[in-house]
Amino acid sequence: MEAWRLPLSPSIRGKLISAGYTCLSSIASVSSSDLARDANITEEEAFEILKLANQSCCNGSRSLINGAKNAWDMLHEEESLPRITTSCSDLDNILGGGISCRDVTEIGGVPGIGKTQIGIQLSVNVQIPRECGGLGGKAIYIDTEGSFMVERALQIAEACVEDMEEYTGYMHKHFQANQVQMKPEDILENIFYFRVCSYTEQIALVNHLEKFISENKDVKVVIVDSITFHFRQDYDDLAQRTRVLSEMALKFMKLAKKFSLAVVLLNQVTTKFSEGSFQLALALGDSWSHSCTNRVILYWNGDERYAYIDKSPSLPSASASYTVTSRGLRNSSSSSKRVKMM
Amino acid sequence: MANKLIGEMGLHTKISNIFAARNIITAKDALSMTEFELMELLDVGMKEIRSAISFISEATSPPCQSARSLLEKKVENEHLSGHLPTHLKGLDDTLCGGIPFGVLTELVGPPGIGKSQFCMKLALSASFPVAYGGLDGRVIYIDVESKFSSRRVIEMGLESFPEVFHLKGMAQEMAGRILVLRPTSLANFTESIQELKNSILQNQVKLLVIDSMTALLSGENKPGAQRQPQLGWHISFLKSLAEFSRIPIVVTNQVRSQNRDETSQYSFQAKVKDEFKDNTKTYDSHLVAALGINWAHAVTIRLVLEAKSGQRIIKVAKSPMSPPLAFPFHITSAGISLLSDNGTELKGPGINTIHARGHSDMINFHGDCS
Repeated sequence: MEAWRLPLSPSIRGKLISAGYTCLSSIASVSSSDLARDANITEEEAFEILKLANQSCCNGSRSLINGAKNAWDMLHEEESLPRITTSCSDLDNILGGGISCRDVTEIGGVPGIGKTQIGIQLSVNVQIPRECGGLGGKAIYIDTEGSFMVERALQIAEACVEDMEEYTGYMHKHFQANQVQMKPEDILENIFYFRVCSYTEQIALVNHLEKFISENKDVKVVIVDSITFHFRQDYDDLAQRTRVLSEMALKFMKLAKKFSLAVVLLNQVTTKFSEGSFQLALALGDSWSHSCTNRVILYWNGDERYAYIDKSPSLPSASASYTVTSRGLRNSSSSSKRVKMM
Repeated sequence: MANKLIGEMGLHTKISNIFAARNIITAKDALSMTEFELMELLDVGMKEIRSAISFISEATSPPCQSARSLLEKKVENEHLSGHLPTHLKGLDDTLCGGIPFGVLTELVGPPGIGKSQFCMKLALSASFPVAYGGLDGRVIYIDVESKFSSRRVIEMGLESFPEVFHLKGMAQEMAGRILVLRPTSLANFTESIQELKNSILQNQVKLLVIDSMTALLSGENKPGAQRQPQLGWHISFLKSLAEFSRIPIVVTNQVRSQNRDETSQYSFQAKVKDEFKDNTKTYDSHLVAALGINWAHAVTIRLVLEAKSGQRIIKVAKSPMSPPLAFPFHITSAGISLLSDNGTELKGPGINTIHARGHSDMINFHGDCS
């Protein structure tokens, strides 16, 4: 491997190469003080370079041990992954039980289809206590458009508390379960709300989230409503936009894996010309569509709202219908009025 | 926040100077580049770049609030928890009190349906004292198409709030609070709203009405694709203006016919297109809201006014906190009034379609209230 492949600043790289260290094996065999003297850099810098060189050198032989997991262990992890219910059992079924933690899920649709509703529903449902089959966690709601209406969140929280009371009332007859003490105001207390006013703030916040979440370890879902808005308005350099967005997607994935939480990104739609006609597609372009692990598209089918799994590593493509009621997201079949709890 | 200066963030001087030397002065400059690009540009190691960026990010991030404190602040500080009552009971109940503060509300409909009438009524109610359900503040009415008629506003006031308006000098004071602007071009409009941003709070402006947004943008003779970037800036600006000053902004929009190219299908739906009849073909008017889908995403509340079989209907087409209800209404000398406070719930995408059937007979509203 060549020395210019190491992630170093250009001046240090230049000094290394002009001192004659063009390939890694030559760097690895020298001591840090010799390197410092030859390349005219400080001891600390030389030490850093040696560390980097050693890592890259041994990647070939040590990758089997360092940081890799075998698929059998991962299967066990995947099966025990908690999932966040969407309060609509049909939707949960096609999602394999709900929105999965440790994954980035993108949900997009035309205006008025219910994206913000799903966002608010998830931020309430993540707080369902473990005794009722939920995660008992907190939510971060990043609002870029100002569509978070706190009155609606209160409505959904009240409906959720009523459903939980009904459920524990039922359980009481069979088991000695503890009474759920949650009140709607407590649910609202556990939603951390950020209002982002420009794409700079959005990028800054994503960078800052890691620190914020390590201070608030209960957070189990991060919802961004919507990821598109600021990037669509007056971003001049589209190529740079793609680079910045992919970096952001990677950061979200890292957050999801590190803290075992679910990241839900809500996206808008745009029209694009393909296969000889105009079609609807999610915004932000083709490169972005590769960035998210899971993709759900919400659309109208006749008179009903449907959700379609467009992209998922493990779930089959399927659609399910749902409705938005005053109590939040529910099944569209009018027969089941009670929310199914696990 | 985006324009925060890096020099004033308290970053370590050495690295702060390096940023400045490369002309990266505000947080926006620094965060618009990826980490690798910065490393190349500034000639600094990855570790230092990372820590500098995380420092800048923390300083630029918006503050955190819990949803509960949001609600409490709204209830305490704002009139009726942040709503401007429209005095149409059914509509106010659906919208949890009225037109909400801090967001964009759009009125869209065919010409002559009553959008400007609605706006004038709203402007009037905002100027009223709090005791009569108003906001006791000034109103800025941006009247692009010269539809504002002060005679009509006073007529509405006299008919709907006679006890207030007949008091001496009240009519003058109320009408005096409505400031009408007639911008001649988009550039003119842009300047005016930028000036507004600073003076809104000082001058007790409580409502901004833009009638209509489409006329402003169609005045610029550019083809459709060019329109998007201009609109983008205005969308962000208006939204941030609404939030920053916590006032309602009401915008009217026009309609246009649907292009043949227009679609509402995704690529995966193409297979099932034949199964569902294309319902829109049976309507005699193929109307959609102007200004495109980007605008449709940006407004928070969309009220569609339409005419169906000679009956005017107002529909809540997009609202995060209301079910999709439709109310029949008519226009009287007192302004708009609902014929029924119980809306009919419309399921499906029908809530978004705009009809103008049997409408041409109704264009002249004077004919209605003979």
